[in-house]
Amino acid sequence: MRYYSYFPGCSAESTGLGLGLSAQAIAEPLDMELIELEDWNCCGSTPYGSLAEEESIVVAARDLALAEKRGLDLVTPCSSCYVTLAKANRHLQEHPKLMAQVNEALAVAGLGYQGSLRVRHLVDVLVNDVTPEFIASKVKSGLNGLKVAPYYGCQLVRPQYGLDDTENPRSLDRLVECLGAEAVDFPLKARCCGGSLILSEEDKALELIRKLLQNAADNGAQCLATPCPLCQTNLDAYQSRVNARFKTSYKLPVLFITQLIGLALGIEAKSLGMNTNIVSPREVLDYIYNPVNYMTTHPVKQRG
Amino acid sequence: MEYPPRKIIAMIRAGMRDEVLSSNSMWFCLSCYMCTARCPRGVKPTELAHALESLANQQGFRIGGTSTPNMYRSFVGSIRGNGRVHEFGMMVRYYLSIIPALVAHPIATMKMAPLGLKLFSHRRLPLMPTRIKGKEDLSRIIRKFREVRGES
Repeated sequence: MRYYSYFPGCSAESTGLGLGLSAQAIAEPLDMELIELEDWNCCGSTPYGSLAEEESIVVAARDLALAEKRGLDLVTPCSSCYVTLAKANRHLQEHPKLMAQVNEALAVAGLGYQGSLRVRHLVDVLVNDVTPEFIASKVKSGLNGLKVAPYYGCQLVRPQYGLDDTENPRSLDRLVECLGAEAVDFPLKARCCGGSLILSEEDKALELIRKLLQNAADNGAQCLATPCPLCQTNLDAYQSRVNARFKTSYKLPVLFITQLIGLALGIEAKSLGMNTNIVSPREVLDYIYNPVNYMTTHPVKQRG
Repeated sequence: MEYPPRKIIAMIRAGMRDEVLSSNSMWFCLSCYMCTARCPRGVKPTELAHALESLANQQGFRIGGTSTPNMYRSFVGSIRGNGRVHEFGMMVRYYLSIIPALVAHPIATMKMAPLGLKLFSHRRLPLMPTRIKGKEDLSRIIRKFREVRGES
């Protein structure tokens, strides 16, 4: 059994509920214990760092300090939490003067941070600690060659904390493949979905989302899989807005990579929060659980 | 976006402080870090955008042509109020802050409703916030940090 401090992130309780539920659900069958960090606060995410760059570090530092007390690696399934916490961590390690000031502030709450923590993304843990080989050995219902577009988004692989290539990452592809699914070629796999600017600059973000959906569809994907709760929300919840705006008819389910792993491990769909997905994953579930039935209702399309 | 990144950097070097900080250019940064990962000279334009946004915000510049600053403020307000982001509350705060724009585009505004309902009916937009026990601790930590940095 491997033990980690676990930082779900705010969205795991709301827009990214499917991520929160499925990350917890796959932990035990994969011999991981994700021990939730007690009374964690929001990492600050991009908005805090944009409005008050230095102050955002002390917000993240409270979480780092709480996690350091337990001494385990701090793991988060959220790409934004990952970048924010890892960046604050590195910044503090490299700037002793700021570290001293942060510690003076943390001391008013009886906390302190030495800088010894490792901040990691859940995908890093799945690929490098658990390993695709081990996951494959636990697969109960293989995914029958389901065509999946592995969508990394931005903050899982950039700026660069050594997890994967920043332009053509492979870690999610390996996770998809170890489940018996096919990772389709997806050139835009690490391009931006518009992030939180979907709220303030919707037209521009919808254009980015359209390109991603088109690229996945062009390469024959039956669904996308991503670890990022914001990417998932943009591609899933806003897919109907893309269709309305560009007169398209995309109907691509967007799964969390942890949901996809959970399905292959034989965990029931409801425990993985599959009913929180907005574009219905029904066809994906049919394909996995009842391939013969699926083939008769979905004759192979002639290409070209 | 008023000025592309290279122009912003040239303007900074030319000392055009107010023109830079009052522009909306940096508020269009998506924080995708593509430029940072690719720059062969190690320039970090993403960090530059965040730094410019922070300066513009702290010095009270009013930004036209984008509502991203309002959205960020709603987000940070939610953190300061609860210790965590309450997404529903954040969205309400944000839309209240841009009422004139919403009133000017009533049909576009109405079209937002089905999206919110979909998220809500899929249990993805809880109405009640989660407040952390250490909310007061967090506020005290932030106040102390401002004091130590000489910003209060």
